[in-house]
Amino acid sequence: MSTCCAPTIGNDEPVRAAEGRLRAEEFARSGRTDSAGLVHYVVTVPSIHCADCISTLEAGLSAITGVRSARVNFSTRRVAVATTAALADPFDIVRTIERLGYPAMLGAGESDGRDPVLSQLMRALVVAGFGAANVMLLSVSVWAGADHATRTLFQLISGLIAVPAVLYAGRPFFRSAWSALRRGGLNMDVPIAIGVLLTLGNSVYEATIGGGETWFEAPVMLIFFLLIGRVLDHVMREKARSGIDNLSRLAARGAIRVGPDGGTDFVAVEEIRPGMVLQIAAGERFPVDGVLLDGQATDIDRSLATGESLPVSVGSGDKVEAGALNLAAPVHFEARADADHSLIHEMMRLMEAAEQGKASYVRLADRISSIYAPFVHLASALTFVGWIATGHGAHAAFSAAVAVLIITCPCALGLAVPVAQVVGAGVLLRRGILVRTGSAFERMAEVKQVIFDKTGTLTLPTLQLDDDLSEENLGLIAALASQSRHPLSVAVASEARRRGIIPEAASELAERPGYGMEGRIAGRRARLGRQDWALEIAATYTSDRHGDLWFAIEGQAPVRLTIRAELRPGSRATMQAFDQRGLPRYLLSGDAPASVAAVGAMLGFSEANIAARIGPSGKAERIEALQAANGPALFVGDGINDAPALGTAHVSITPSDASEVGRASADFVFTGRSLGAVSDSYLISKAVLACVRENMALAILYNIIAVPMAIIGLVTPLGAAIAMSTSSMIVVGNSLRLRLKLRQPVAEPQDEEPKAAGRALRQEVRFG
Amino acid sequence: MNNLLFLIPVALGLGALGLAAFLWAYRNGQFDDLDGDALRILADEAPPPDRKA
Repeated sequence: MSTCCAPTIGNDEPVRAAEGRLRAEEFARSGRTDSAGLVHYVVTVPSIHCADCISTLEAGLSAITGVRSARVNFSTRRVAVATTAALADPFDIVRTIERLGYPAMLGAGESDGRDPVLSQLMRALVVAGFGAANVMLLSVSVWAGADHATRTLFQLISGLIAVPAVLYAGRPFFRSAWSALRRGGLNMDVPIAIGVLLTLGNSVYEATIGGGETWFEAPVMLIFFLLIGRVLDHVMREKARSGIDNLSRLAARGAIRVGPDGGTDFVAVEEIRPGMVLQIAAGERFPVDGVLLDGQATDIDRSLATGESLPVSVGSGDKVEAGALNLAAPVHFEARADADHSLIHEMMRLMEAAEQGKASYVRLADRISSIYAPFVHLASALTFVGWIATGHGAHAAFSAAVAVLIITCPCALGLAVPVAQVVGAGVLLRRGILVRTGSAFERMAEVKQVIFDKTGTLTLPTLQLDDDLSEENLGLIAALASQSRHPLSVAVASEARRRGIIPEAASELAERPGYGMEGRIAGRRARLGRQDWALEIAATYTSDRHGDLWFAIEGQAPVRLTIRAELRPGSRATMQAFDQRGLPRYLLSGDAPASVAAVGAMLGFSEANIAARIGPSGKAERIEALQAANGPALFVGDGINDAPALGTAHVSITPSDASEVGRASADFVFTGRSLGAVSDSYLISKAVLACVRENMALAILYNIIAVPMAIIGLVTPLGAAIAMSTSSMIVVGNSLRLRLKLRQPVAEPQDEEPKAAGRALRQEVRFG
Repeated sequence: MNNLLFLIPVALGLGALGLAAFLWAYRNGQFDDLDGDALRILADEAPPPDRKA
């Protein structure tokens, strides 16, 4: 490919081919060979949605020579393909999927296999369930009044089932309790582990001497119920994680390297070193920081990197940050940093530093257990002392103390949080919002202020045209615009499509980076782009107006196209929702003051709460200051430059078309276009937290009734079993009530036609 | 009582059999894609994926 003159559209083909090669190389590397010599590939196909998709894809892929099997996993939207050596080109798999009409994503990551943690939990759960059911059956016959010999036999059999079941299924709790004790702390698992082990020990003793009460069913049931909570919690997080993974990019994670002899090969992002010369096609993102080589020029979109909403032109020797999008022309550029020292990773590091502070956030369940655990142990110890003091034997005192430990074991408390959160996550998922962690609900419900980024968050990253453009002019302009990938051209072309206008035919098309597009339409020269350049060919015409996009064609007055950014739908209603709840709103942006002020005014931000031209670390500092002043903040942002802010804020939410960095760090990710997702997440989090609190209250109420009875020795194993199950059921039932309550959508925010709102948003467009 | 001594191991054995069956199914990926299996029954002639020579 030539590197000197401005490339024309005509040689766009090699660029496309290079892009394809990039993906093909990466895909071929992603295959894993198993012991039988089959090579396994995994492709993520997010648009799978029906039974037809499954059979279309499986039949289409199985028809490729060398494909042994193809199986669609509908739940994870992934296709697993096993191939033999007969498959010449692995990339045929991706080509076939895309030919069938499904955009394919590479890089399913390490998550294509099984989730080992879930398998472990599942196994523990079924073992606990098996143990609980059988011990329960045997215990019922004991309670029903089996005679002495049978009773002892049943107790021994119960022990034989319960002890191994608890020791196997309870391992997650024992491990976590042990690590808490080693650190000198207490968590919810410490009283669970101590209670379970003491109870088991006591029951084994009673069963072997015969005649006493045994409590084998209590620990097995307790572990079973708690594991249900753990499994639900884990499944929720796993769903969110794989959902967020599926949003990952369509492009390859690498670049074409240009050798000193002009030959090219593919390097993965991790392999890029300073000094390498890379070829970046139009439409690709720059993988690392670097500078353009001599004689290279293009327009880049820095919106993800810096928040600047308008494309800027760069020429030879100009610096480009990683994450910037190459818009106009393929360029050669020299890497100045490796991936670990580029802007994106810089941001990642800032973000991780910010999140250190968040790690100290104590979840509600842990806060409760820090009070609860000492209370349980104290009550149990006091019971023992009390019984000794009132002249009972040590054996009776010990039995009473164990009864207290069992009855207070936080069965309902262990379910209170995860069940409510799983219900909440399910409701959000149906609205296209993914929640990364359970504690995100708690943090979201605590916020006292909301901080917004502008570019890509309040305004959509598209530029649109005004409506006052005649049809024939639009047809002429689209002739040029439809041949370019520059965002302004794309905006013009999509407007023409929207109005159903067929572009005229154009020839001799050429894209001039930094200036615009030119070509011939019906023999007349035409230009679309910067004012001074476009007007060179126009009939005599002068204007004192600068900026905007101009179209000129020989023998006609030039046309001025006004460009404006579009507000995200639902943004006004979202602002109102927060205003109604009295949360102050702030706007922090890296963009120019004029456009930030315009957006701020349209959405009713007060002057004092708007700040423009703020760098990434500046954003994080501001948020820190605001949080110190008004309490926890919700941050809504999307760019690479927002990553530190996303990490600093108490809780954060990002749109799914955000940068990878943003998606990796936000607590919530929403997939729709509407900003209404932000207020939805807030309101639903509030409801979830209220439900968690109700559950806690119910669980504690149960304890207030049960503990005194246990202390005075009124609790029998039968009573404990009944109390435990009912309290858990009540908590689960209350959480399901939340689901009913949230089934009616929280009023879907509706703005008046956003086009009208956007009218006010005139933007200075400069190409120079 | 003698009946019981005989019946309890039988009952437990059957329970353990069920448990083993579930663990086997889980390990074999029967529970990996619950939504997909619900849809596969609607496909007219989806050939079993592993039947290709």
